[in-house]
Amino acid sequence: MSKINELFNGKIHAINVGIEFFKDDIIKQNANASHLDWKPPGGGKPELIKALDRLENAAVAEKIAAANKLAVERIINSQPMLVGFDQAINVVPGMTKTTILHAGPPITWDKMCGAMKGAVTGAIVFEGLAKDIEEAEQVAASGAITFSPCHEHNCVGSMAGVTSASMFMHVVKNKTYGNIAYTNLSEQMAKILRMGANDESVIARLNWMRDVLGPMLRDAMKIAGEIDLRLMLAQALHMGDECHNRNNAGTSLLIQALTPYILETDFTKEQKREVFEFVASSDYFSGPTWMAMCKCALDAAHGIENSTIVTTMARNGVEFGIRVSGMAGNTWFTGPAQKVIGPMFAGYKPEDSGLDIGDSAITETYGIGGFAMAAAPAIVALVGGTVEEAIGFSTTMKEITTAENPNVTIPLLDFSGVPTGIDIRQVIQTGILPIINTAIAHKDAGIGMIGAGITYPPMEAFEKALLAVTETISQ
Amino acid sequence: MSTKVVIKQSTYFDSVSLMSLSTKANQIEGVEQAVIAMGTDMNKEVLKNVGLLTPELEAAKTSDLMIVVKAATDELCESALIAIEELFKKKGGSKSATEIKYSTIDSAAASIPEANLAVISVNGAFAAREARKALENDLHVMLFSDNVSIEEEIALKQFAHEKGLLMMGPDCGTAIIGNVALCFGNAVRKGNIGIVGASGTGSQEVSVRIHDFGGGITQLIGTGGRDLSEQVGGIMMLDGIKALEEDEATKVIVLISKPPAPSVQEKVLAQVKSCKKPVVVYFIGGEETAVLEAGGHFAKTSKEAAIKAVVLAGANEDELNKRALNWPLIEEVRAKLSPEQKYIRGLFCGGTLCDEAMYLAMDKYEDVYSNIQKKADYKLKNIHESKAHTFLDMGDDDFTNGKPHPMIDPSTRIARFLEEAKDPSVGVILMDFILGFGSHEDPVGVMLPAIIEAKAQAAKEGRHLEILGYVLGTDLDTPNFDEQVKKLMDAGVTIASSSTNAGLLAREFVAKGE
Repeated sequence: MSKINELFNGKIHAINVGIEFFKDDIIKQNANASHLDWKPPGGGKPELIKALDRLENAAVAEKIAAANKLAVERIINSQPMLVGFDQAINVVPGMTKTTILHAGPPITWDKMCGAMKGAVTGAIVFEGLAKDIEEAEQVAASGAITFSPCHEHNCVGSMAGVTSASMFMHVVKNKTYGNIAYTNLSEQMAKILRMGANDESVIARLNWMRDVLGPMLRDAMKIAGEIDLRLMLAQALHMGDECHNRNNAGTSLLIQALTPYILETDFTKEQKREVFEFVASSDYFSGPTWMAMCKCALDAAHGIENSTIVTTMARNGVEFGIRVSGMAGNTWFTGPAQKVIGPMFAGYKPEDSGLDIGDSAITETYGIGGFAMAAAPAIVALVGGTVEEAIGFSTTMKEITTAENPNVTIPLLDFSGVPTGIDIRQVIQTGILPIINTAIAHKDAGIGMIGAGITYPPMEAFEKALLAVTETISQ
Repeated sequence: MSTKVVIKQSTYFDSVSLMSLSTKANQIEGVEQAVIAMGTDMNKEVLKNVGLLTPELEAAKTSDLMIVVKAATDELCESALIAIEELFKKKGGSKSATEIKYSTIDSAAASIPEANLAVISVNGAFAAREARKALENDLHVMLFSDNVSIEEEIALKQFAHEKGLLMMGPDCGTAIIGNVALCFGNAVRKGNIGIVGASGTGSQEVSVRIHDFGGGITQLIGTGGRDLSEQVGGIMMLDGIKALEEDEATKVIVLISKPPAPSVQEKVLAQVKSCKKPVVVYFIGGEETAVLEAGGHFAKTSKEAAIKAVVLAGANEDELNKRALNWPLIEEVRAKLSPEQKYIRGLFCGGTLCDEAMYLAMDKYEDVYSNIQKKADYKLKNIHESKAHTFLDMGDDDFTNGKPHPMIDPSTRIARFLEEAKDPSVGVILMDFILGFGSHEDPVGVMLPAIIEAKAQAAKEGRHLEILGYVLGTDLDTPNFDEQVKKLMDAGVTIASSSTNAGLLAREFVAKGE
């Protein structure tokens, strides 16, 4: 029977695009109809529609499909293992005593936002490159410091992302593909460097982390060997974390895994007690760990010719940058960083907040964080208040992703995998932007975290990426 | 200024919930500053910074919930605390389970395997792209949108043809597939007559007449108005005939179109000739000979097409109520009109209804003007000014550019009607009222005040204004057919029983000296 005759004899199930009452009329006649939540592709911009059309040319589309399949397989099959802790100067590629890594795409000192300037000057003092913050500002402006994005050194950094030579780093190795990713240690939740605070208490904490916490973790991991982070991430999601803003379960799992080895180190009982109290002081201890895990998996998928999969989303507090697998190396596509909307600590108002900042959107790029909100009903306040909305965010993200990660699943969604592999074509086609849940830093240097909430990348970054990718791929 | 403190011992809320509650608490009227937080050192530090830390709060433990409110008066503080308590209470009954919303045809088609058809009505600039995506996903397409280029139409139809899919449209307003009307359509009985129509309201009219004569429809395939043009070449009409020929339930096929391009007519009639089922051909203004040579059944009017179809499908012609013209009524109206009331003014929502009435008038009169006239001499130069006999398709782009179709928004037609009603040379004003899916919920009701006003004005001037109405719809349609007709009759409007009769009555009412 021909397809048309099959239609005559079957039950109508229409997909309705456009005028909504056509759907209602079809349903009134006892047939089925689903109404699309449709927006003009590319926001209706002709050059973007033309680019999408070019990428849909059968031969081109086939190349992209094959490349994206490979990219997503590499993200999913990556098995990042925590293998150690060490100082940045010892492990991070390209690190020097006068290098300061920062979050997001490249930025110069004069253009940095308040929080990042605060963190940079704090780090300069911490490294002994200046005696106080005032002098640190001069040093920062003098050209003596090499500023570079974390992402360009296999690193990720929370919030300001400021990373200097003697800071201790997670060392996360991809068991499947061999690449390594690094990130700083959590300073926990308080007046802290990564949020732009830099007073004496901040520097004192950094000194203690360098002298006690870092070495103790380093020694413990020497005994432990390796910890399977992907497995732990999957467990944490089942326990109600989305592993970007909620890290209660993940932190418990991580410290639980580390504790026997910490006990075996040569540090004093008092020092061990300090470390455990420090970890207990906030649930954020494992936050950076998941970022390094995600970075490690995504780096394995970067640089695949013809792939339109996003491998990096990062912000420096001024600009939001993305990297796309098919555009190898450090090609950034940027747009202005956005406001973060959400609840704030008492005493602060929206006008106090700085713009979106940090490499933590690496978690969304991997498929957790905002993408896994349905796993973390306890923090739905971030997304407006209802569990249903949280579920909505996770299901909507499937519209712009290529696959579901079977290794990291969400119980509430019948254990379906987290949405994985953001495809810039789908972002432009649907007008749906990746959702990011994140902390809010004060706009001025020296203050710190003042809230948390939801934000989105600027569409501009994806538009630029699509146009560039189209030129590269369809040649 | 007053400050109140409440400490709830051993009461845990996570920090994000509390931040959210604090934010809401600060929005309560009269509140100067409110903090809701667990008794941690960090939170106490925050309280200290905003000058709210009291010894009582200082003593709170990490597991205690602290609520602090600062307001102008004690009363305001108390009422704020009550409001804060409310915030802690769960907002009952979350909304029902969300229907999953898809954003693209690709994702919807992938997730709904039973989907078999896409109905597309987005802006013409984006429509072809969506239609292509639907076809790529093996969905049949009903493309309602207009302003799709003819090149795009050809590409889409060729693609659909290769894939064996229906590609109805662009600019296709009417279809009935599997007894389900899509976009604009009427509730007609299921039967054994299949229709392929290149004209929306023409197809609606024939389907409604078939229903009226006791017959029924298997499928009504709309092709879009340009399908039978030279360029498109009738791709969808040819595929439609073939599909209906293969459809067991279909006994008779009816084809409807405005006059096709000659080469396309040849192709279509060649297929009619080879078709094993009887085919009724109603090409408005078309000629009989070619159709008969192809072994088809020629119909000059929509009514004739419906009668031939139901008879070929098995009805007994002698038992049909063919609704013959009411000649006594014609005489009566002629008597009421003064000698100078010579002209017909037709104000139509339906393009084919306009076309049919116009062609019937052209059979009898020379000076028939329209915005859709094929003869250049009689095409209105200024569509806002009527001349002699004028038939306006008010759904045509000339009138709808930037405005909704008169089937949805009647304001343009109302204004034009009041103009025409003032013209002493006008004998009859003819209007259609289209019922069914997609149409206005009360097309007669919105026109009625203007009709009553115009009638009264004419009476005051001592002139008879004949208003002829045609309601396109079946007894199964919404809004109710009989009620719509009754409203018109109560206002003194004469009712025609079909599109054909509407055209015939109008031309006869104003005939002089017979």
